[in-house]
Amino acid sequence: MQTNEQGGAEARYQAALNEGRFSIQRCNDCHKHVFYPRVVCPHCGGASLAWVEPKGTGTVYSTTTVRRKPEAGGDYDVSLIDLDEGVRMMSRVEGVPPAEVKIGMRVRAKVVDNKGAGLVVFAAEEAK
Amino acid sequence: MSLRDLRGRTAIVGVGTAGCGEAHGMSDLEILSQAAKAAVEDAGLAMKDMDGLCTANLNSAMWPLNVVECLGIRPKFVDGTNIGGAAFVAHQLPAMLALNAGLCDAVLVCYGSTQRTATFGRKERTAARNILDPNPFEGPYQPFNPPSSYALIAARHMYQYGTTRRHLAEVAVAARKWAQLNPEAFSRDPLDIDTVLKARMISDPFSAYDCCLVTDGAAAYVMTRADRAKDLKKKPVLILSNATAAWHRSVSGMRDLTVTPSKESGERAFAAAGLGPKDIDVVQIYDAFSINTILALEDLGFCGKGEGGPFVENGAIAPGGKLPVNTNGGGLSCVHPNMYGAFATIEAVRQLRGECGERQVKGAKTAVVNGNGGTAASSQSTSVLATAGAL
Repeated sequence: MQTNEQGGAEARYQAALNEGRFSIQRCNDCHKHVFYPRVVCPHCGGASLAWVEPKGTGTVYSTTTVRRKPEAGGDYDVSLIDLDEGVRMMSRVEGVPPAEVKIGMRVRAKVVDNKGAGLVVFAAEEAK
Repeated sequence: MSLRDLRGRTAIVGVGTAGCGEAHGMSDLEILSQAAKAAVEDAGLAMKDMDGLCTANLNSAMWPLNVVECLGIRPKFVDGTNIGGAAFVAHQLPAMLALNAGLCDAVLVCYGSTQRTATFGRKERTAARNILDPNPFEGPYQPFNPPSSYALIAARHMYQYGTTRRHLAEVAVAARKWAQLNPEAFSRDPLDIDTVLKARMISDPFSAYDCCLVTDGAAAYVMTRADRAKDLKKKPVLILSNATAAWHRSVSGMRDLTVTPSKESGERAFAAAGLGPKDIDVVQIYDAFSINTILALEDLGFCGKGEGGPFVENGAIAPGGKLPVNTNGGGLSCVHPNMYGAFATIEAVRQLRGECGERQVKGAKTAVVNGNGGTAASSQSTSVLATAGAL
């Protein structure tokens, strides 16, 4: 369990993102991947969670276009992405109009800067 | 003791609402007090008889204390559980246990919110909650919650089962048709499917009409043991069972977006009640969004998984349809002050008492109430209610 000066799981996750590195956890006891980062495994209750680098590839599990006035920035995508490691996260798919983000689309993660903090977003594999 | 042992041993004996729609100048606590007084009087009891209290509020972490002080009561049993709008259905099981253990004799379940008209309203509360109770793994992507989370659920259901926006619109139109029969409903103008489909989009696939109302409103009901209920003013409505399932907080923590906690709470509630969907005369589902009604009909077993869209077609859940659902107009057209669970419960009670006038389901003897809570079908609570004669 990480309770030292490096911070807890959430803090360590964000610190890595801020350096451009996307990491998730894998349980040393049940070997399942875990997201979001935490200190007790939600699958088996184990307290030994290792940091691993995901492949970065995944599939859009669901998607919505949030409607927003053009003067406020216009419509944007919010999607749920299933990483190939078997964990799900909320994110957005960039590089295509929100209406063209489809369930089942293959996507790849990248870390971008969001007001000074690292943030994981995805790009459509086809749109590379 | 099992859930089955509690079957029919507790009754709802008084109900009341206040400040529904717009309660200009009033506070949450003031309209809650009015609803509580109405419920207590409806039961033929006095406020001092309330020796149990279940209540929750989105703005206040210790809300039961605000309520006991304001109402001047000293309850021996307090439950301030807040699992979202399902709470006011989920409050029933702890209250049933407390009443039947003899810890108290009358439990007041109550709620009130002036989110629509209050100076510190919905927008301000959302901003404050993002600081007090942040979700660091969703917040940066700015889902417009709760609509966006339920929109993700609806989009997945459409992808997997061929559910259409027209199916969702059927739910909104059915709710409106019931609301037109209910003088207390907030939105009673005519509504048709094309209007729903062409309305301003909020978060795809939802237009404004797929989303619940934002109103003020307070609701309260009184529970006692069934033996005591017989001597009170109104015909008691028996609680055959209540069960709650809490599965996640956020939509990204929901394993299968097409299966809700009602699958679990419904199975437990129907098993303990000794009834099934085919035995139910009237259904009250917490319809925060149009997809909620479809999901609950499936997960409670009124139709198979994925069949909810076709099930609601052609006015099937509207007045005159095959199954009366949300006979007050629901959260979509009657009232929705943040958390709606108590209102769904009260409509079921009124139907079983035969008090519903033009919208009355003739001869209704059994009802199911399905509460929904959280921003992503996070918690749900199912109750099976019946008239004394139905047992």
